[in-house]
This record gives sequence, structure tokens and C-alpha cells, in this order.
Amino acid sequence: MSIFSKYEGLASALSAVMAGGGRNPFNVVIEKPISSTVGLIEGRETLLFGTNNYLGLSQSPAAIEAAVEAARAYGVGTTGSRIANGTQGLHRQLEERLCAFFRRRHCMVFSTGYQANLGTISALAGKDDYLLLDADSHASIYDGSRLGHAQVIRFRHNDADDLHKRLRRLDGTPGAKLVVVEGIYSMLGDVVPMKEFAAVKRETGAWLLADEAHSVGVMGEHGRGVAEADGVEDDVDFVVGTFSKSLGTVGGYCVSNHEGLDLIRLCSRPYMFTASLPPEVIAATMAALTELENQPELRVRLMDNARRLHAGLQAAGLRTGPQASPVVSVILDDVAVAVAFWNRLLDLGVYVNLSLPPATPDQHPLLRTSVMATHTPEQIDRAVEIFAVVASEMGISRAA
Amino acid sequence: MSETVASVSALIVKTLLANPKVPRDINGSSKIVEDLAFDSLAVMNFVMEIEDTLDVSVPLDRLADIRTIDDLAACIVSLKQAS
Ligand SMILES: Cc1ncc(COP(=O)(O)O)c(C=O)c1O
Repeated sequence: MSIFSKYEGLASALSAVMAGGGRNPFNVVIEKPISSTVGLIEGRETLLFGTNNYLGLSQSPAAIEAAVEAARAYGVGTTGSRIANGTQGLHRQLEERLCAFFRRRHCMVFSTGYQANLGTISALAGKDDYLLLDADSHASIYDGSRLGHAQVIRFRHNDADDLHKRLRRLDGTPGAKLVVVEGIYSMLGDVVPMKEFAAVKRETGAWLLADEAHSVGVMGEHGRGVAEADGVEDDVDFVVGTFSKSLGTVGGYCVSNHEGLDLIRLCSRPYMFTASLPPEVIAATMAALTELENQPELRVRLMDNARRLHAGLQAAGLRTGPQASPVVSVILDDVAVAVAFWNRLLDLGVYVNLSLPPATPDQHPLLRTSVMATHTPEQIDRAVEIFAVVASEMGISRAA
Repeated sequence: MSETVASVSALIVKTLLANPKVPRDINGSSKIVEDLAFDSLAVMNFVMEIEDTLDVSVPLDRLADIRTIDDLAACIVSLKQAS
């Protein structure tokens, strides 16, 4: 028996997705980015509407310059973990910059956002503690819960009353209760009602961790995310985030006012047992952070673009997520239809993400798009037009 | 609290049968993943419904040891007794 035989179901699901000569949607190659909004795919210039590069900063000239300079000055890698030889002056500087940006006293930088969730959640919630996770949590949050030893309880998505009920059931049990929510949910772009969760947290004495991966640089007057936008930053004990979205690079972090965070450096396996970020990434991230701080107009443009795309897709008769946010997903019913739709969009020059169950809420396939501050109104209108063409070719609209 | 494994198991079967996709011939010894063709997400979602009905939370790690509907019922009864 082959070691891979357990994946026969997966192999046949992939064949079904590629039936009739379709592409492998999980193996698209962007041969070369031409700008933040256009990439070369299959030799053609393609509009990028699925990158998480919300502010377009992956192509920031200032960040590129900073990376080049840092590589020249410090080399291209650290060859070690944060707790051994992998902490350089730049890592400390970035942690201080993030403390200042978030107005929090402590910060840990991780090598990816995935590891930031893994490393904080698994270390914060110990054996006798309880972790309360939103049902639609990102894989990195679920994986963090599996790496740790806490008891894990799911509550209904974005439902603070349901969380309250579950916390009430734990009344009188010893152990800390750590609640984990996301700022903007990555599949449908819906925003957490952070005020409601903050109120439950206050009332029950639970701890609150917010993964603001998709909302930092996007929401809040200064771009600090949903906690800032809702005026409840004091109630959020830990903010986890990533550099791989609005900041355009790679890496993750956790910020907090709790002094104990520094102890986590000595017990968080995803922090301790992997090499630290290379100097050029740190330098580029700091340059991107400066742009994020100095150009609030990027956030205004991003939200204008999000509303334009969300309204355009709805006007084209397509079913979308509930809110205009930088993640705008078209919700379909049938996987085969979603796959054909996605292929046709790429034929016509628009790249979006195809998200399939079980990675999506409610078993619906999604055409997940993400918007950028750097998209022009014309690019958005063009993408909407192509969505409308494909929808009508395929006989799909909400009215139908 | 008067729940027994048999009463909880009957309640789970009743809840499951409300879903038209579930085979009609299930009983307490039906295996949740194999006989019901539930993936891990479907299991978690259906357990949430039962949790609401019985006012109990089943930690995810407890689910790992559960094969049959009766296993789930026994787990819920023991959680209720502990609380
Ligand atoms: C909500 C959420 N958290 C964490 C991550 C992980 O971040 P990264 O891709 O930077 O490792 C992602 C993105 O993949 C995400 O969507």
C-alpha cells in the first residue's frame, strides 16, 4: 500500500476540478508582477484581484530600496533562531517600531503570520486553560490550538452572545479563558463586532486576542485595525498580525501591554525553533510601515475601491459577502460552476482566488477577490465587466 | 439533570435526521464519519447544534476520540455530570 493511498479522495477531487482541461487553480504561476495590480500569467497581462496586497506596498520603491541597502549592509539571512544568533539590531528596531505604531509596550516578531498565531496561541493557552475560537477561524488559529494543550471550544461565527453563553458554562472552572477573533475574516471579508466581544470579555474576565491580519493598515484612523476603529483597544489583550498583507512583505507579530509577553519568547516553539527573518525583509517592512503611517490616503482609496467593487459585483447580479471590505467574495452554490467561472475569468484577464469547501464557511465555493488602494477605478470597472460577462455566459445571477 | 446516554443518543439521532442528507437508518452505533459521510467541519457544526440543545460545550479534543453517536452521547453525559 502506498503511503499516499490515504489521499486518493483528494486526488480524485483535484481531477474533478481539472476535468475538461481546466487549470489547477492551486498551481497558478505569476510569471512576473508588472506592477502591484498587473501580473504576467500564461504570458498575458492579467489584472490582479486576489493578492492581499491591500496597499500595493509589495512594489513600494522605498521598501525595495531599503531591502537592497539592508542586504548590502547585513547580508541576506540570519542563519539562526530569535533566541540564539538570529536577533540582530534590525529585529529589535522593528519590534520597537511596532510598539510605537500600536502604542503597546511589548512586541514579538515571528517569521510568518502563520507562526505568530501558532506561537502565541499555543503558548498563551496552557494545559488547564480554555481557548474559545470563532467557528470560522483561519487555519493558523486552529493549528495553534492543536499545538497547545488547552481545551478548545468553538463559538458561532461573529456571535458574541454565543461566546457569552459558552463562557457562562465555564463559570467556576479554574484556568484562564482566551478568546480568539479575527478583525476581518479572510473568506467573506466580514468584520468582527469587536465592541460586543470586548463587552463580553470585560464582563467575564476572559482574555482577548485579535488576529488583525487583514485589518491592520486597512481599518481605524491610524490603521491599527478593527480594535482601533471600534475604540476598544484597551480591551484587546493581544493583537496578532502579519506583514504579508497590507505591508507587502512577510513575517508576523504579536503586540501587547502585558509584560508576560516577553516570557513567551522562552516557551513558544514556533518562535524558538525556526530561523528569524532576514535583514532585507525587516528593512523593507519598516519602510512599508513608514508609508502606511504617512499615507492615510491609501486607506481612504482602498475603502473607496472596496465599495466600488462590492457594489459593482452586486449590480451585476452576483451574491457577495455582507460588507464592502478589502476582501470581496462572490458566493456560488456549485463547485463545478465556481471552477468554470474562475477559469473563464483568468482566460479574460482577471486573476482572483478560488476557495473551495471545506475551507469556506457554509460549504459554498467562493470567488474571493481582494482590492488594492492602487487599483484604478477603470481597473475595477473592467474587472466587474468581465465578471458580468462570465456570469451571463454561464447563466448565473442572483435573480436567476 | 436527568439525561442518560440513551436519551442523549436518541436526541442526537433526531437532530441528525432533520438533515435530509443523512441516511435514514442511523442509530446509536452508527459511525459519525464513516456512516454519515461527515467531514471534520460538518462534525463540528453538528456538535454545535447538540451543544445548544443540551446547554453543554464539548471541547474539540474530546471529539477526536468519538466514533459513534453513542460515544458522543456518553461524552456529553459525562461533561454534564462534571459541571
Ligand atoms: C486571518 C489570517 N491569519 C493569519 C494568516 C497567516 O499569515 P501569513 O500568510 O503571513 O503567514 C493569514 C493569511 O494567510 C490570515 O488570513
